[in-house]
Amino acid sequence: MIAVINYGAGNTASVANALEELKADFKIVKTEDQICRADKIILPGVGHAAAAMKNLHILNLFNLLRILKRPLLGICLGMQLLCENSSEGDVACLGVLPGGTNEFDSKKNTVPHMGWTKINILQNSDLFDGIANNESFYFAHSFYVPLNKFTIADAQHGVKFSAAVVKNNFYGVQFHPEKSGTAGLQILNNFIEKC
Amino acid sequence: MPSKRIIPCLDVKDGRVVKGTNFINLREAGSAVELARRYYKEGADELVFLDITATLEKRKALLQLVEEVAKVIRIPFTVGGGISDTEDIDLLLKAGADKVSLNTAIVNNPYLISDSAKAFGSQAIVAAIDVKTTGIKTEVFIKGGRENTGIDAFEWCLKTVELGAGELLITSMDKDGTKDGYDLEFLRKVKSSVSVPIIASGGAGTLRHFLDAFQTSNVDACLAASLFHFKEMKISDLKNYLKENNVDVRI
Repeated sequence: MIAVINYGAGNTASVANALEELKADFKIVKTEDQICRADKIILPGVGHAAAAMKNLHILNLFNLLRILKRPLLGICLGMQLLCENSSEGDVACLGVLPGGTNEFDSKKNTVPHMGWTKINILQNSDLFDGIANNESFYFAHSFYVPLNKFTIADAQHGVKFSAAVVKNNFYGVQFHPEKSGTAGLQILNNFIEKC
Repeated sequence: MPSKRIIPCLDVKDGRVVKGTNFINLREAGSAVELARRYYKEGADELVFLDITATLEKRKALLQLVEEVAKVIRIPFTVGGGISDTEDIDLLLKAGADKVSLNTAIVNNPYLISDSAKAFGSQAIVAAIDVKTTGIKTEVFIKGGRENTGIDAFEWCLKTVELGAGELLITSMDKDGTKDGYDLEFLRKVKSSVSVPIIASGGAGTLRHFLDAFQTSNVDACLAASLFHFKEMKISDLKNYLKENNVDVRI
């Protein structure tokens, strides 16, 4: 069973719709107990990092998510929350990935970074099975995770940033696979079937 | 850098898609869900739904429509029309919309922009601005284009961005339904003054009009309705044309 965490900071309906299309066995959950019983976990997320972290604390999920041994996929803000901290609201995050997030420079770029952008795959991963390099995915964000040693795909918007990361059982994508057509569905399916 | 986006717009009345000229003379164009599915398959980058009924009892019908649309398409979509507070926004986003577009409500209460941007993130908040030139002034119109606010349109664009709008959907009422081309000058002026993405709306009639909006005004997305609904233009033909003319589009 896939647990999709509903912590009031994510478009869980969209993720749920995509998982339904894939005929995946999933539940929308918000308790420690439900997450512990899941084979895999999806952490969606849109909105503000500080508000999202506050909600994770209220649900008492902070420690659990940090020490999880099962595969977890963070989407968009869900991926950014894997960092040590976020400059969006200057908040401590889960600390799975080193470093923090940065904000795109609105003097140089269109911000938010919104729309379909090609990703450049740097390292093979089960997550990218059947995905062509330079495939376009849908992004909608103003903060980004800089390149680090766990970056497996990057994208360019004024600066190069992490489009996807993997560290042990923790996966993250900055784009929205649930909103990225068939290529996005493929990524979700890869996470469910192969990761 | 993201590709330039092509966005079909569906004006919805009672679950059916309608389209008028200069905001009147409505013509029916089919079921909203079916049309959404068709555009998704044809390669639209995003969709916009504007509920033009938007009376209190129709709100539930709109939420149901959003839920149905979210089930069949795997691309982002924006919903607008009659949204008045953060509670409305919350319900629409939870039903599966990615963004909401706010028009009359933010003129009445500009702080709805900052409140909702804080609650849902700027990327979910689109300021929809209906613009019309009266004499020498370009002003903001609300209530589906029926009421002139007297507010300077350019100043209002800047103000909505300052308050936290993540995107501007600028509709030229002078051009809407005319198939005479987008309002290139106004769009360029706004684009060069704000950092958020701009969606051009109103006036598309030919392939060239889209190219002009991207190249001359440097907008991030072009929206059109009747051209696509009545199959006068295919999204794939449009995108191929743009690509041949060196515009980065997602094929």
